[in-house]
Amino acid sequence: MLYREAGDFKTTYSEDSQTFPIRFDRLGFYVTLLVAFGLVPLFINDYWANAVFVPFLIYAIAAIGLNILVGYAGQVSLGTGGFMAVGAYAVYKLMTSFPDVPVLIHVLLAGGITALVGVLFGLPSLRIKGFYLAVATLAAQFFLVWLFNKVPWFYNYSASGQITVPQSKMLGFYVTGAQTSASAKYLFCLVILTLLAVIARNLTRGTVGRKWMAIRDMDIAAEIIGVNPLNAKLTAFAVSSFFIGVAGALFFAVYLGAAEVTEAFGIQKSFLILFMVIIGGLGSIFGSFAGAAFLVLLPVFLKNVLVGQLGWPTDLAAHLELMIVGALIVGFLIAEPHGMAQLWRLAKEKLRLWPFPH
Amino acid sequence: MPVSHAEEGYVTADGRQIGGTLMELKNITLRFGGVVAIKDISFDIRDGEIRAIIGPNGAGKSSMLNVISGFYVPTEGDVYFKKVKRGPMKPYEVARLGIARTFQNIALFDGMSVLDNIMTGRLTMMKSGLLSQALWYGAAAREEYAHREKVERIIDFLEIQNIRKTPVGRLPYGLKKRVELARALAAEPKLLLLDEPMAGMNVEEKEDMSRFILDLNDEFSTTICLIEHDMGVVMDLSDRVVVMDYGRKIGDGTPDEVRNNQDVIDAYLGVAHD
Repeated sequence: MLYREAGDFKTTYSEDSQTFPIRFDRLGFYVTLLVAFGLVPLFINDYWANAVFVPFLIYAIAAIGLNILVGYAGQVSLGTGGFMAVGAYAVYKLMTSFPDVPVLIHVLLAGGITALVGVLFGLPSLRIKGFYLAVATLAAQFFLVWLFNKVPWFYNYSASGQITVPQSKMLGFYVTGAQTSASAKYLFCLVILTLLAVIARNLTRGTVGRKWMAIRDMDIAAEIIGVNPLNAKLTAFAVSSFFIGVAGALFFAVYLGAAEVTEAFGIQKSFLILFMVIIGGLGSIFGSFAGAAFLVLLPVFLKNVLVGQLGWPTDLAAHLELMIVGALIVGFLIAEPHGMAQLWRLAKEKLRLWPFPH
Repeated sequence: MPVSHAEEGYVTADGRQIGGTLMELKNITLRFGGVVAIKDISFDIRDGEIRAIIGPNGAGKSSMLNVISGFYVPTEGDVYFKKVKRGPMKPYEVARLGIARTFQNIALFDGMSVLDNIMTGRLTMMKSGLLSQALWYGAAAREEYAHREKVERIIDFLEIQNIRKTPVGRLPYGLKKRVELARALAAEPKLLLLDEPMAGMNVEEKEDMSRFILDLNDEFSTTICLIEHDMGVVMDLSDRVVVMDYGRKIGDGTPDEVRNNQDVIDAYLGVAHD
């Protein structure tokens, strides 16, 4: 009964095109924001921050970024891990070179650098499509990882070849380094995610978003309508890489603290984020959140059940966990190929009419 | 009624004033390797008229439309638009000149809503920057709502208000054709190209579509060039007709002139065998 459009009259186009047209949804959104910003930081501890919240927030940023490229613009990419590495190494070089500049600016700059690299590797998309483009971006993945291993300048000639984040403060609190509190990590990532999610939503509902979707759905028709394909594809690569670069920077600086490129940003990362986008739902911002939550929470949940509740040995649980996650992904995609966002959409459509079937 | 070929234009049978030449095609030849799709065809499209291209299957009509829309560059010959010779152009540059089209097999963006599809028709007019759009503040929002208002007028005109938020993929064929017309109209084209706008429609849908074509020519004074197979529709709608056969032009003139042209009767309308 609460979930209705009826009676909620829209009298301007700005009201009609808002993100949450139903009052109940709007309320839900504000409550979520309130809980995320007001309640969670009060109760968060190191375990929850490191196992659940911080990886979820960071993966959500990366998933939104990849969704812009794959879901909205229709350009398949397997180079996400490589682009995250660009963000991580950029933020590392910036933080060690200019320690006095606030880390937020470094993170955004790292996103900008990744955007440039993304445009460079996006150039082949003008000639090749689909699987062939996926292979071209796979080349980017391997090349970038190789580059960061091979050139010692990137890791400041450290003996181990690792990069380690220096300590830094924002507004008097540590946000990177060993002394960072769980709530500071969480809030820092949350602020950036909220900002970027709003930006992603605005871009995808406006002119640029329509250009991207036009190119995705039918590129020839898009061109005849007046979309410049070069422009549309490269902006998609730039914006997407910006998001992924920011995610990479946070993954290294806030979450890991120290990283080795092959391990932290290998091909598995590319696939993980692609799975998030596919399971969550291509072409949906909500789907990016849902996919990230699903793939971050599921292993934690399984581990708690198998090891914590059933008392199985850790190594057995770890292997079983991989198999269960894999099977769930396959089963899920057979049941709903359009991802969790589509399930959500269907649920909302049913809810609008509930309790009547039509 | 005889057509005067004076530059000032002419008055049609129903009393509409037709202006000067909007587009002129001079000695167009189009070859794909050894296949000659269009052989040395010249004709013009005048401001405000409804011009039809007809011909049997494989006559080269769609190729001709693709030449006009800039999708194919003719092997020989020149295209003049508003008296300016048009060099080889990218399709999106042609769109900016004010030429819009619909396709024989609908080319809508299936994943987007009807409203978004029609809004894409106005992309060439939207100028706000990426940053302004990212923040949805100032120019971007103002522009969006100004264009939305224009689009809503087209939605009213084509009577598709009730489906504006529906994803295009879910619509039936006849409505998709109408949405595609709306998208082309949203660009406020000088010249609108319709590739078989009535293919696969039943009588009622054809009547609706014919009414829309006449109305939009009348209200927005859009010049229309269309390809159509239904002879009744073509003869009723159009002011002048080009007839093509095997890539050649075999007739050009008002529907009455064309109907009485012996070559056209032989090639297309049918010969009485006795």
